Amino acid sequence: MVIWEVASRLSPVPDFMFPGVLQVLETLFTGLFSGQITEAIFRSVGRLLIGFFIATTLGLLLGYFIWRYKLVDDTLGFLVVALQSIPSIVWLPLAIVWFGLGEMAILFVVTIGATWTMTITTASGFKNVPKLYRRVARTFGSGGLHFVRTVIIPASVPQIISGMRLAWAFSWRALMAGELLGAGGGLGHLLETGRSLGQMDLVISVMIIIALIGTIIDNVVFTRLDKRVQKKWGLAT
Amino acid sequence: MYLTLHGVGKSFKNNTDEPVRVLENIDFDIKKGQFVSIVGPSGCGKSTLLYLISGLEKVTEGEIQVAGKKVTGPNPNRIVVFQEDGLFPWATVLDNVTYGLLLKKKPKQEAKEKAIEMLKTVHLSKYIDAYPHQLSGGMKQRVSIARALVMEPDILLMDEPFAALDEQTRMTLHNELIDIWKKTKVTILFVTHNIREAVTLSEKVIVMSTRPGKLKNTFTINKSEDGVTPDHIAFDLEQKILSELEEEMEKVLKEELGDDYNFKTRSVHRDTYGDMGSGI
Ligand SMILES: Nc1ncnc2c1ncn2[C@@H]1O[C@H](COP(=O)(O)OP(=O)(O)OP(=O)(O)O)[C@@H](O)[C@H]1O
Ligand SMILES: [Mg+2]
Repeated sequence: MVIWEVASRLSPVPDFMFPGVLQVLETLFTGLFSGQITEAIFRSVGRLLIGFFIATTLGLLLGYFIWRYKLVDDTLGFLVVALQSIPSIVWLPLAIVWFGLGEMAILFVVTIGATWTMTITTASGFKNVPKLYRRVARTFGSGGLHFVRTVIIPASVPQIISGMRLAWAFSWRALMAGELLGAGGGLGHLLETGRSLGQMDLVISVMIIIALIGTIIDNVVFTRLDKRVQKKWGLAT
Repeated sequence: MYLTLHGVGKSFKNNTDEPVRVLENIDFDIKKGQFVSIVGPSGCGKSTLLYLISGLEKVTEGEIQVAGKKVTGPNPNRIVVFQEDGLFPWATVLDNVTYGLLLKKKPKQEAKEKAIEMLKTVHLSKYIDAYPHQLSGGMKQRVSIARALVMEPDILLMDEPFAALDEQTRMTLHNELIDIWKKTKVTILFVTHNIREAVTLSEKVIVMSTRPGKLKNTFTINKSEDGVTPDHIAFDLEQKILSELEEEMEKVLKEELGDDYNFKTRSVHRDTYGDMGSGI
């Protein structure tokens, strides 16, 4: 940080293009207190949560059908793998045509990127439930939906969580790209605002926030969850 | 007869190859409440046989009947204790044990009480709230036995349930199993590699041959009044079963090693016999 500050002071680039630490921190805090940054955070995170929730639900459902019906596996399963390789932001032009440049378009992009990953991990999680658990459940008289609820889903939890982690990373990136290009506020949009006003201190502040949120969710929420689950499911060594 | 197998055969279809014949022409019957052991070389189809009787796998030939009714699918009256413990890692010990009871529509409270009672029997009442990953191998196996026993099945199909345990725990569990068997008069089919275990526990020992798995021989054990096998009878039987199994093993080795076979097995054999002589 000291190096950053010094570099900023000494560099020939004007301050607004390469602001120092102090200036950035100041913008960050005033932004947080004045509500400009805070509001953007809420907007982005709100969108993310909605998109993520839809993607997870859809992914679980699609994954279930792929696991359950061979025909769906042979058709949709194949398609999903292809779709998954498309970076989600590529969907934006289509989304804009379908939903107009606004909330829905961004939500669509956020959701679609995560859905395919979620579908694939769910299907493979369900398929990889050990045969032994199947046999145990059946010998005790379980079957049908009861079997799905009490064995297939809990047994796939470790896989589903790593799927969610991936899905989260995809939607987070898609969200920023979408907001940057689209309209409707949020952190990505704030970046764009900062750029057009020539306020690099604002841009860097937002970048810090983005990094923070990403790290917190990934390292604190998912890594911990993952560790706990791995241990309990007897997968960790 | 209570449990009858009539010309039972089983083949598995492997993707493209022709089906693999695992069991062939198995015929036997078992009386209600009998304790029967099954021994045989690894891979001869003992587990598969238990799965067929439980209904988890379907027979490809012949028929299995329990109390005059044909077995068509799994039924909680016939519970399998699997070779691996098969506990659900996401559920506590208590939830694992009540799993089958709740499926039988037992009220929650009653299921819980029964489960705790059974866990006491296998000396695990302190661990009802633990998760499987917190237990040792032997403890897990005891939970899985409790989980089966608490169902009060008519037939208990046990697949090498004690194989992974130390001698001490195994002996304790032998006694507990015999106690439970006497109390409930459940019919037990017990697969094991341990000939002594088979002879001490059961009233009848079925020896299987391999490739494909068939019945090789059946030994009936004359128990004394208190259900214990007298030592000299036990010893005699052990020797007989051992030699039957050795014959089988020779067959397997012969197939696998071809011409090398004679040289290799002879030397091993001499050692085993030598050991036996000096050890007795
Ligand atoms: N689902 C399956 N598909 C194909 N082959 C199978 C299947 N299940 C078992 N087999 C084959 O059937 C044979 C018997 O298996 P099984 O598990 O019944 O043997 P086992 O007598 O229990 O052996 P062990 O003593 O080692 O447990 C083996 O050769 C195995 O490869
Ligand atoms: Mg086996």
